[in-house]
Amino acid sequence: MTTSRRKFIKISALGLGAVAASTTAINMFGSNSYIDELVKQNVSKKFKRTATYCEVCFWKCAAWTYTNEDGEIKKIIGNEDDSHCYGRLCPRGTGGVGMYNDEDRLKTPLIRTTINGEETFRKASWDEALDLIASKFKGIKETYGAESVALIKHGAPGSHLEHLFKAFGSDTIAEPAYAQCRGPRETGFNLTFGTWVGSPEPTDIRDTKCLVLIGSHIGENMHNSQVQEMSDAIDKGVTIITVDPRLSTAASKSKYWLAIKPATDIALMLSWMNVIIEEGIYDKEYISKNATGFDELKKHVSQFTPEWAYGITTIKPEVIRETARAMAHAAPSVIIHPGRHVVWYGDDSQRARAMAILNALLGSWGRRGGFYFKEAAKVPNFPAPAYPEPKWGWKEIGEKYPLAQMGITTEVIKCALPDKENKYPVKAIMIAGTNITKSIPNKKLLEDAFDALDFMVVIDTMPMDVTGYADVVLPECTYLERYDDIRAATNREPSIAVRVPAVKPKYDSKPAWWMAKQIGERLGLGDYFNYDDFKEVIEWQLKEMGTSLEEMEKIGVKNYPRKSGPMYINEVETYHFPTASGKIQLYSQELLDLGFDAMPNYTKHPEPPQGFYRLNYGRAPMHTFSRTVNNPNLNDLKKENDLWVNPKVARIIGLKSGQEVWLKNQDDILSSFSIKVRITERVRWDSVYMVHGFGHENKKLSRANGKGINDTELISKVFTDPIMGGTGMRGNFVTILTENPHKNTEI
Amino acid sequence: MRYAMVIDTLKCVGCSDCVVACQTENDVPIGFCRDWITETVNGSYPNLDLELKSERCNHCDNAPCVRCCPTGASHIAEGGIVMVTADECIGCGACIESCPYDARYQHPDGYVDKCTFCHHRLEKGQLPACVSVCPTKCMYFGDLDNPNSEVSQLLKNRKHKTLAPEAGTNPHVFYLI
Repeated sequence: MTTSRRKFIKISALGLGAVAASTTAINMFGSNSYIDELVKQNVSKKFKRTATYCEVCFWKCAAWTYTNEDGEIKKIIGNEDDSHCYGRLCPRGTGGVGMYNDEDRLKTPLIRTTINGEETFRKASWDEALDLIASKFKGIKETYGAESVALIKHGAPGSHLEHLFKAFGSDTIAEPAYAQCRGPRETGFNLTFGTWVGSPEPTDIRDTKCLVLIGSHIGENMHNSQVQEMSDAIDKGVTIITVDPRLSTAASKSKYWLAIKPATDIALMLSWMNVIIEEGIYDKEYISKNATGFDELKKHVSQFTPEWAYGITTIKPEVIRETARAMAHAAPSVIIHPGRHVVWYGDDSQRARAMAILNALLGSWGRRGGFYFKEAAKVPNFPAPAYPEPKWGWKEIGEKYPLAQMGITTEVIKCALPDKENKYPVKAIMIAGTNITKSIPNKKLLEDAFDALDFMVVIDTMPMDVTGYADVVLPECTYLERYDDIRAATNREPSIAVRVPAVKPKYDSKPAWWMAKQIGERLGLGDYFNYDDFKEVIEWQLKEMGTSLEEMEKIGVKNYPRKSGPMYINEVETYHFPTASGKIQLYSQELLDLGFDAMPNYTKHPEPPQGFYRLNYGRAPMHTFSRTVNNPNLNDLKKENDLWVNPKVARIIGLKSGQEVWLKNQDDILSSFSIKVRITERVRWDSVYMVHGFGHENKKLSRANGKGINDTELISKVFTDPIMGGTGMRGNFVTILTENPHKNTEI
Repeated sequence: MRYAMVIDTLKCVGCSDCVVACQTENDVPIGFCRDWITETVNGSYPNLDLELKSERCNHCDNAPCVRCCPTGASHIAEGGIVMVTADECIGCGACIESCPYDARYQHPDGYVDKCTFCHHRLEKGQLPACVSVCPTKCMYFGDLDNPNSEVSQLLKNRKHKTLAPEAGTNPHVFYLI
């Protein structure tokens, strides 16, 4: 299909949304008292509970979905046996009800069409939509090879579609969770300890004596068990050290808040290493037994004194010394938290290395109150033929970045741009469960790539912005309406959790496993989907694991004893680290051989020019990126983001709290919408801050559309990590406009 | 029996889980709430204090809402819980005006609604929904008449405050500071 510029369609042809059902519960009349009525409503009514694990974020907390006699989902409560949530969901998990009830959900398959010269969507049957996808995929396979069909995915639907793609012969697969999020820390920690950090992070927060958060804002990110454990640690008198230019929630709970100048974290960490080594307060026995490269490190950091770091970070030398000593005092029960969204300035793998090295010096890796050795339950693969071997895939596409351990979304997307030199042409993309126009920077790249594609499919539960670029949109049902893979994440103890539908899929939505199977069968890959219902897969797997779906439906979560050995290093034996040397690598020969610094160095990063402010962004506890903003329950808690501005800056520009402003970045890119000013001392005068995920363009998101600013659209300058391809996004600067720049133009 | 809630501001992260849990537990219509989060910032950068806390009806001993209710719909029930009998409420709104905590709202069905300490859950031996869901476990609930209860012990051993003490309402939601 050749199209002119792929116009963004705001799903305008969608049918009218169903009117929200009234949630009024209490009949004023005919009851003896309010309490009697309440009791009748909540107590005498029989709730049925169904096991699930949450998909509002990706912490995957196990929970119970409560449905009433009318089959309505009334509430979702955490599973007490689950180590991801300890029986308490976060606001998003509790508000998962709204994901199901959202009347703006995608309701039927949609196909792009042109009516009177206008591109729009029309409703389609499942057969028509799936036939079209299969025929396009087949056509591209015949002309270019299956590799030219790419998958960008996130969350539970991703794994079903990954199976389809691998069966089809394509390993051109990537997810924003890597190059736009946690990739650099996985590379940095892997180079040092030989292990990924993974999710949930194996941070032993509940037993830690000192928690160091560097730009990581636990409490605003509701990574559930971590938030809970941080709270438990506060009860036990933990010392929290937070390094953040903004007074985050965690910073407000900290003994030490280091209000660092943005982009100078590596300098601070180098000076911490300097103090810890110069003062001899590192874990000498642990280092001599378990690490290599200490002498090189000692020599390297000898120049990075706190006085040197003061000039860069604005953190006073005595504070640097005092905090370094506080960490050493708590060691080995100390955690320099690896963070999660760590793509900042392009030297992010090296910053992660600095964190890993500090943890090593303090002896916290593999120690109680530091990092535990994680373990996952092994779930057997359901029998299927072996996947064919693709000629190229994400690895080859990302070959410029030698230590990329997963697909780099931006590199995969670049392969769609017309270029004769391109060895790896991408002609079609399927996007599942991720609104990439709000997670991947450089909107122009995305639009150019979408424009050049022959075919694009989006699978989502909601008419997210990205659906507007698709040729075919498939409505996925929510996690409350489907079976999915068994959850077997790493943790202190291995465990499994199941997701069982509490209700039938609403509207004409379907689970992703069903879509994968249907497309697979149309592509002649039926052997890979040897089941009628995904339930059969889980039943088989659970039986192999010595349990049953019947049992799991009753308990939701099953915890197993560890098999891999103790959770912490056995001090008597020699621990073999899964690195090249079998030891912790303070000095990385691997990095040096690839032409990178063997030990982290501080690099100066660009600073905002006159009249511009660094654009910082983060999380709010009640939202997950852009995916929850339209959820009626969660939208009720926070409808739009606001622009945090220091009072000094507000005075200079003449801003008032609540005033509507627009933003323009260093590349003259304007925000699509306005944002309200929040004047607060919680941010520095050289930066502004907003919560990520707002400013939805799709009018079909009736609550989220046009509310607040999408930070990602203002991130046009990307600082790519040369080691693993992460897209650094914290080096963009904005100026504040008090007049509407779109006044005479229609958005 | 005197029910009380104790909230540890040193642990609260202001996530609003208490608000959603209350809404789903009590069928509070979207757009209304029986509990909410407040944020207070003091000082100037970088010498700052931030206090986050979950607020709701204070279930006062000396409750202005009860005193001003013309029909008796607002009353103090067992355990000191301030309640509203919906079918006795004429929706005049006097109680809404009188409450120093702004803890009441008018339900779309006409009557005035507010926090009940999840009375219906207490009857089953369960904690209020907000307390049971809080991911930071910063909320405690119990009987102040029992000197050994968790709430009594916390108030005995920890520095705490109540909101708007000058209103003389004798509130029963306490904040550890």
